Amino acid sequence: MSEWEMVIGLEVHCELKTDTKLFCGCRNVFGEEPNTNVCPVCLGLPGSLPVLNEQAVELAMRIGTALGCDIRPSSFHRKNYFYPDMPKDYQVSQYDEPINVGGTLQLPGGTLVGVTRAHLEEDTGKTTHVGAGGRIHSADHSLVDYNRSGVPLVEIVSEPDMRSAAEARAYAAELRAVLVATGASDGRMEEGSMRVDANVSVRRPGEAFGKRCEIKNLNSLRSVARAIEYEAARQVALIEAGQAVVQETRHWDEDAGQTRTMRSKEEAYDYRYFPEPDLVPVVPDDQWRARVAGSIGLLPAARRSRLVDLLGGEPTAAQGEQVLSAVDQGLDDLVVAAVDAGAPAALALARAANEVAADVAAGRTLDPAAFAALLAMEAGGKLSATQAKDVLADLLAAGGGDPAAIARDKGFEAMSDDSLADVVRQVVDANPDEWARFRDGEVKLGGFFTGKVMKATAGQANGKAVAAELDRLRS
Amino acid sequence: MSAQAIADDVRSGRRSARSVVESSLAAVAAGDGDVHAFLLVTADDALAAADRVDERVAAGEDPGPLAGVPVALKDNLCTKGVPTTCGSRILDGWRPPYDATVVDRLRAAGAVVVGKTNLDEFAMGSSTENSAFGPTRNPRDTSRVPGGSSGGSAAAVAAGFVPLALGSDTGGSIRQPAAFCGVVGMKPTYGTVSRYGLVAFASSLDQIGPFATSVADAALLLAAIAGHDPCDSTSLDRPAPPGLVDADAGLSGLRVGVCAELVDGVAPDVAKRVRQAADALAAAGATVVDLAVPELRYGLSAYYLLAPAEASSNLARYDGVRFGLRVPAADVTAMNTATRTAGFGAEVKRRIMLGTYALSAGYYDAYYGQAQRVRTLVIRAFDRAYQQVDVLLGATAPSTAFPLGDRVDDPMAMYLSDVCTIPSNLAGHPAISVPFGTGDDGLPVGVQILAPALAEPTLFKVAAAIEAAAPTAGVGLGPHASEEPAVEEGRSGAPGGVAGTEAAR
Repeated sequence: MSEWEMVIGLEVHCELKTDTKLFCGCRNVFGEEPNTNVCPVCLGLPGSLPVLNEQAVELAMRIGTALGCDIRPSSFHRKNYFYPDMPKDYQVSQYDEPINVGGTLQLPGGTLVGVTRAHLEEDTGKTTHVGAGGRIHSADHSLVDYNRSGVPLVEIVSEPDMRSAAEARAYAAELRAVLVATGASDGRMEEGSMRVDANVSVRRPGEAFGKRCEIKNLNSLRSVARAIEYEAARQVALIEAGQAVVQETRHWDEDAGQTRTMRSKEEAYDYRYFPEPDLVPVVPDDQWRARVAGSIGLLPAARRSRLVDLLGGEPTAAQGEQVLSAVDQGLDDLVVAAVDAGAPAALALARAANEVAADVAAGRTLDPAAFAALLAMEAGGKLSATQAKDVLADLLAAGGGDPAAIARDKGFEAMSDDSLADVVRQVVDANPDEWARFRDGEVKLGGFFTGKVMKATAGQANGKAVAAELDRLRS
Repeated sequence: MSAQAIADDVRSGRRSARSVVESSLAAVAAGDGDVHAFLLVTADDALAAADRVDERVAAGEDPGPLAGVPVALKDNLCTKGVPTTCGSRILDGWRPPYDATVVDRLRAAGAVVVGKTNLDEFAMGSSTENSAFGPTRNPRDTSRVPGGSSGGSAAAVAAGFVPLALGSDTGGSIRQPAAFCGVVGMKPTYGTVSRYGLVAFASSLDQIGPFATSVADAALLLAAIAGHDPCDSTSLDRPAPPGLVDADAGLSGLRVGVCAELVDGVAPDVAKRVRQAADALAAAGATVVDLAVPELRYGLSAYYLLAPAEASSNLARYDGVRFGLRVPAADVTAMNTATRTAGFGAEVKRRIMLGTYALSAGYYDAYYGQAQRVRTLVIRAFDRAYQQVDVLLGATAPSTAFPLGDRVDDPMAMYLSDVCTIPSNLAGHPAISVPFGTGDDGLPVGVQILAPALAEPTLFKVAAAIEAAAPTAGVGLGPHASEEPAVEEGRSGAPGGVAGTEAAR
């Protein structure tokens, strides 16, 4: 595989979080009784006409703005093909004049992925094949639920800029974070509100692009990565066996861990696109663009660099993970506010990414001043790490409070230096062999002694103070 | 009796809406066996609606400008709970769960819907012979077609069943049958009347419009149904045109162009009537000039690519999955095919094939794309013409009503029936057909007036002047001998008149 390079582009469909559907007044909700949330328009009844949802346009513009796209005057086309879950037997979609053109998405690892376009279109209904294997060929009959029909989608098409399954996965994850951050979508892959198709080809580095296959039905970040790995390996095996990759659409079978042919290029539909005569062009003016731009909060990348800036200097690998996790969980605002209130940045980040993350919902509403005060006590040696975590749990449960008072109520007193020195001495005396080795330079035994002291003090000793006392005795 | 007079009587309590509707229903019962204008007569609903109008009058309320006026609806307008067939088997059993916007507005204006009228299947045709439920006959001569596709509505008004009817006009489907049946038929500016609830044929061309026995009644009906509708994105955000025709203002200062392309190729007896109508306008004070707009000749070709292209997409939804006919088959694709094969008639299939081909990969630019460019040329040509004149005058159809069966085996000959009406649809402009005497065969001739977008008031004014000068006030039932026009002066707009117009530019 090493002599081969993957070339990957993703097409991501995301359902927009609008109140109503794209072209009618039906509510845009998930999980209703089948065919209860429909009307003449989204059922495509004769005589019905679409009216474009302004909120959907606005959310699409937010996505375009977040991806640095050019937001343009746009229009709709009809994409014609017969399918039972598509009520009009054509899909209204943007074609040669999409609303968002030419953006980029930078991945946390630094890779810059080009975004070709991000356009509006309507979702279809949902078909369930009933009987035998649940697959279309073995089904007795099929049921169609049109509740999803007409739900607004934005399709975001990337350039073929990714070179590994991990990169593709990172792109999908980062895009999801952006969609959620802009408020455009809830990004729930498990509910189908974000769906990924992958275009995969392989080549030897420097060669022209190989024949690509489009992989559909990728319902999780994990399946994005698995399917691409499988597909690339399949293509390499073909080529190395002297066979050609056939351009086609393939279906990812999650259970089998394989991609399978859906339809070949010869079977591809002729969609007969033409301008949708029932709709008028959308021409966002500068004011609207500016209003949308102003409505977007900080994006994930900016949130990450804000944390890195707080740390001051190159983050360690562990801190890098903490930055990703804190932003991913929406806890970065807490860290920033706590640091503003005087907490040490590294400690605030670590506690947020590790401890607060155990109860993210509470963490997002935690009073940053209380969090900051607690971290200051810990940093100042007034509480041990164990004690601080205990107090933090109380703060999270209550949404805030006075950490000093909580610590007092729990009987957490920082040990006086004298009593700590006594305990340390007792531990040293009880373990003469280890102490001798530690004094001779076996530094890692510091942990052994710290652990013993912690056990003896039921976790109330301050770790730094213990280390200082050990150093003092050793010298 | 005019719709205006009926509404006046009902509003003032001189006559009950029930009695008006009863006589309309009686006329249908007596005469529609020969004509077959109606696919469905909704007698019970109509009488109940009439009673509600009467109750409102009794309560001192005003039921609206069309109080108690019976109206027939072309059967491609959705009516809640009432079958809407589009003249097709494929909508077998379908009852729309909603009313078209125009139906809501008719009811709000006090009008009473008495039934659904026959049409060429999905409005595709020019003779109403393409209906799956049998043809409509022309009440003026039942051996002749009423024109189409809104032949049922035209015939219902011409036969005196109803004073008003609605049709839809995609390439002349209101104006051509109006001409054939000797009534007034008008296509408004695209976007004037909401298309919500009109079963689509070719969305960028379709427009609902009125049939009436007079220009004044047509204007009255248009005013009741027009105006912005938020349910139709192509609906213009402006008020409806006024319902009163400004007939007394005179035509002084009005410039009329007799359009060569709408006169030269038509039957001599029809062309003669157009010339006489032009003379009448000149006599009434208008400046009449001859004007060539050569691009209009390409309208027909462009139309028969664009309209089928849109139709091929609009008619895809009749797939047997959700409503109407379903012919069971082994799998869903086979079911689609079997249903559409059984449900659609030959002309609909022909146009779906044409349109599918015109949009296909590799052919799109040569057909659909080229037709769109021609459409743009037609619009520009009209724009240039309207710098010289205020309205254009021509024939509505190349001939009078032809015999039933005459063109059913010759689609091209049938398509040519629309050659004079199509350009206004391509441009989205208003146009009206006004009866003006008869042809050599004694059948009605329609004169067509074309105007630029939103010029309905001018259009109605000119139409009223032609109506006033027409050789007969309204052609009666049965074939008539040709009568001489009331105005027979020389044409003031002969070539000499053109110079003045040219100089003015």
